[in-house]
Amino acid sequence: MSKVLAVLEQRDGTLRKVSFEVVTAARRLGVGGGSAVDAVVCSSPGVEGCATAIAERAKSGGYGAVVFAATATGRDLAPRVAAKLGVAVAADVTDLAVEGNVIVATRPVYAGKALQKVRVLGKPAVVSVRPNVFTADVQASQVKPETLSVAAPGRVVVREIKAAPAGMLDVAEAQIIISGGRGMKDPANFKVLEELAKAFGGRAAVGASRAVVDAGWRGHADQVGQTGKTVSPTLYIAVGISGAIQHLAGMRTSKVIVAINKDKDAPIFKVADYGVVGDLFEIVPKLTEEIRKLHG
Amino acid sequence: MNIAVCIKRVPDSETRVKIANDGKSLDAAGVKFVMNPYDEFAVEEALRRKEKAGTGEVAVLCLGPAAAQETIRTALAMGADRGILLQTDHIPADAIEVARTIAAELKSKSWDLILFGRMAIDDYNHQVGPLVAELLGLPCVTAVAHLEIEGAKGVAEREIEGGIEVVEFPLPAVLTVDKGLNEPRYPALKGIMAAKKKPLDVKPVQLGTGSFEIIALTPPPDRKEGRIVGEGAGAVPELIRVLREEAKVL
Repeated sequence: MSKVLAVLEQRDGTLRKVSFEVVTAARRLGVGGGSAVDAVVCSSPGVEGCATAIAERAKSGGYGAVVFAATATGRDLAPRVAAKLGVAVAADVTDLAVEGNVIVATRPVYAGKALQKVRVLGKPAVVSVRPNVFTADVQASQVKPETLSVAAPGRVVVREIKAAPAGMLDVAEAQIIISGGRGMKDPANFKVLEELAKAFGGRAAVGASRAVVDAGWRGHADQVGQTGKTVSPTLYIAVGISGAIQHLAGMRTSKVIVAINKDKDAPIFKVADYGVVGDLFEIVPKLTEEIRKLHG
Repeated sequence: MNIAVCIKRVPDSETRVKIANDGKSLDAAGVKFVMNPYDEFAVEEALRRKEKAGTGEVAVLCLGPAAAQETIRTALAMGADRGILLQTDHIPADAIEVARTIAAELKSKSWDLILFGRMAIDDYNHQVGPLVAELLGLPCVTAVAHLEIEGAKGVAEREIEGGIEVVEFPLPAVLTVDKGLNEPRYPALKGIMAAKKKPLDVKPVQLGTGSFEIIALTPPPDRKEGRIVGEGAGAVPELIRVLREEAKVL
């Protein structure tokens, strides 16, 4: 495999966690470790300008592969770069290998109900990797991306970024997710899940099942499942979620799954590593209290 | 306002995936197919934009097998004016091939807006919309959750990690839309009857194989059997213990 271009993301001048995962994934494609991977960032407010700069760099540098993160930013950027290079993106990849000089990518399809293994024959190969899947094996100090200069931002320009309320993590990137379903009974009751998320000290996000999003209790950004986000956190706590197949598809790649449900026959217990049967309104506050003790 | 909406026929989200005998594809026997849920928001948005403008047309474009006529009829029943089926039994895994075929068809007319769902719930590619935009040289905004259009200028909101990005763009443009943009209408009986008489142009297409070669489709690895650690709040200390000592996640 020839050189690999890793496209990193930063916010407020700091590389985001997923960027180290991108470097890690890119290294798997390069020979001889880190020397074969070049890292770049683009901080222009225009996605078109960034796409042009990255595509030009990919061409002039003669890279065999270009690796992005499958984040909102990466999903927006990668296809534009790929099209300029005359190829498509092997999107949302969860495993990468090089077999006989050809990249073999594994990607969840049907929201993770099946895994597709695909030989990526495009030159260059353009790949986006799912956040939280590739365990970063690089030190922050080792990653010094070059900032690409952008000639013109392009026609699509960011006017403003409305930040989410402080301390709120996105479910797609959180290490811990606490999701609520219809068993929460009322939108106001999600407060008990938010309290638990807070107890984890800024590492946790609150997710939701499709039923409660469709009912308007929670925003679509929080929805986990086939028509929402597919997530792979370290710990997924499903609270009052029965476990519809489209929900299970979206969270089954979590490392550890805990289910809290009053119905001991709920399908969620079939995928959970650990289950607690009973009234969530008694169990969750107790759990919050215990987690606070651990982190206190 | 002339709007093209590109839709896809996909297995319903409740489908239990069974792998076909070739070991590379979905066994479609007994599978219920529907319009990709994200595309419903695109159809609805197109209808609202046309209704607001008072003129123009909403054309629905679908690449897929003959059975996708049914998917197009659903969009026509919602209120779209006409349908185009780019008919093929073989959709390659390489999205650039799909995008090239769609872009070639879209070139036949000038559109104010070309709408897509932000992703298809089968292949999770998230890219045919932006690929088509690049091929047509049009500006593109992906995952639009809120949209305002004034004349030839649009302002869209899209969700990014940790916030909402507000972007400006000129028309004509390609947009991929997210859930939450609107509430798609259900086709009324009158619409369903009318849809039967609306024009649906079927055009056979041949797509290249592209540069993605599927070598296997496999079920996800089974999760090892879990266990109930207890009942009620009294089980919480034991849950904490197993999460710390066994799972080592706390």
